[in-house]
Amino acid sequence: MKPVKRKSTTDAPIKPPVKHHETRQTKTAGGDLVDKLHAYRDHHAHALFSSLGRLVATPFTSIMTIAVLAISISLASGFYITVINIQQLTANLENSNQISLFLKDDVSNEEANNLTATIRKNPSVQAVKIITKEQALVEFKAYSGFGEAIDVLDKNPLPIVLQVFPKNTLKDKQELEALFKTVKNLNEVDYAQVDMQWVERLQSMVEVARLGTVLFSVMIGLGVLFIIGNTIRLELHNRRDEVMISKLIGATNAFISRPFLYTGFWIGFISGVSAWFIVAILMLILRDPVEKLSGLYEGDLHLIFLGFTDTLALLLASSLLGVFSSWAVLLFQLRHTRPE
Amino acid sequence: MLKFDNVSKRYPETGDVLHNVSFHLQQGEIAFLTGHSGAGKTTLLKLIAVMERCSRGEIFLDGQCVSHVKERHLPFLRRKMGVIYQDYKLLTDRTVFDNVALPLAIAGFGHAEIRRRVRASLDKVGLQGKERKFPQALSGGEQQRVGIARAVVNKPPLIIADEPTGNLDPELSAEIMLLFEQFQQVGVTVLIASHDISLISLMNHRVLKLDHGQLIL
Ligand SMILES: Nc1ncnc2c1ncn2[C@@H]1O[C@H](COP(=O)(O)OP(=O)(O)O)[C@@H](O)[C@H]1O
Ligand SMILES: [Mg+2]
Repeated sequence: MKPVKRKSTTDAPIKPPVKHHETRQTKTAGGDLVDKLHAYRDHHAHALFSSLGRLVATPFTSIMTIAVLAISISLASGFYITVINIQQLTANLENSNQISLFLKDDVSNEEANNLTATIRKNPSVQAVKIITKEQALVEFKAYSGFGEAIDVLDKNPLPIVLQVFPKNTLKDKQELEALFKTVKNLNEVDYAQVDMQWVERLQSMVEVARLGTVLFSVMIGLGVLFIIGNTIRLELHNRRDEVMISKLIGATNAFISRPFLYTGFWIGFISGVSAWFIVAILMLILRDPVEKLSGLYEGDLHLIFLGFTDTLALLLASSLLGVFSSWAVLLFQLRHTRPE
Repeated sequence: MLKFDNVSKRYPETGDVLHNVSFHLQQGEIAFLTGHSGAGKTTLLKLIAVMERCSRGEIFLDGQCVSHVKERHLPFLRRKMGVIYQDYKLLTDRTVFDNVALPLAIAGFGHAEIRRRVRASLDKVGLQGKERKFPQALSGGEQQRVGIARAVVNKPPLIIADEPTGNLDPELSAEIMLLFEQFQQVGVTVLIASHDISLISLMNHRVLKLDHGQLIL
């Protein structure tokens, strides 16, 4: 037995020690640094694309996760853009403090004209606009969609309306209220309404909604954090062997973390992009009805879309959430992953 | 180079597995670690690779205390040693090339350098042409040699091997031993756990014999 071994040992086709092993040469410090930087960049690029590749390699899981995230994020951004639009609406309405006077049914057009002239003399008033029964009916038919139904009625049910526009300087509430009291108590007036009231209410509702958006977004953000964190935890579990072996070979936690951080980034980023598209599609669906509605109120309300900065913030936030939650999970898990 | 100073290892379940082990390997020395199955060979190597920590005593590598190294210094300590595992510990979803390249990627080498060194390393263990294969497509002996190639590719000053020839036929075993001797000639310290008495007696190297966790001199 032994001789055979000895023979094979001497005959073994082993080359002499490879040169580069003998000379542990140190390159010039500068060249070495440049090499290392290149290697570092290459490694990052590799981690970036290989983590994307891993997501693509398990399309079903990836799509499920990203769909959940995209829908959540789109809820938050949809809420946000809705509030922005309502805010715009109320901002427009702010300049239109007006008092609508609905006249009694038996008031004739002539009497209404006289009344208009009287009110115009009030120093607090800038203008008065009269909408006769006939005008009101035409407008109503055009916009309400009840055109045919109205024709059936033998009598015009709409009252004459006087729109009283206070002076623009009339920001003071008390003066507005004084004016309101004066015109409300006129004999011909059946019912008076300050449109300001609901503008104010709407505005305070929008304030609440704004706060709601912030809270809602924080909750969604937390949800995203946990979903991505859990995804990374599972991924880490699936690749436990790789993590262990890398550790044993001398990989730092930073090195091991890198592909996982990129995975988190991709999940967050792709979810953000998908959420943007979801919001875009919903807004395209809403655009026509909103413009119609806007026409109905003679407003020039145009749907505000997610702007450049909004989009940037959306993508940045979702990507950062992805990276951050992965980072937190890795920080915790890698500490508790020990060989064997 | 590698110094054990009264090292003991106790597992709660099995008690003292290593008891007051002391020895000193010089740089460029080859030593065999032998002993019956269950003598504590693997445990001793695990202490060096800091897969386990000593219960008592201290281990020094190049004057650096291995046994109490801080977690954040551990990766850099591990890069100083090439470890060959009994169960190979290869990444099954990576090619042979990528497996061997891993220590170099970790150490931050560039593409060209990695390619050059991996080729050289695979050449040395006789696996040229298998770069694109996956570990499962290789025999046990071939996988063992991938593990060896990975351990030496980074040119560590210390190589430790747990039964590196356990899956190799006598001829290949002898070749691998010759390879270790080549490393020794360039100043690498080598510690090989093996119970292959015939192979050990064939080569004229220092032998550390463990018996129930105690070093017999
Ligand atoms: N993780 C562990 N926990 C408890 N006991 C262990 C552990 N690892 C090894 N042992 C015990 O230590 C002794 C030595 O094992 P080992 O070092 O693997 O021996 P060898 O490699 O020489 O065959 C054995 O009795 C084994 O049961
Ligand atoms: Mg063993």
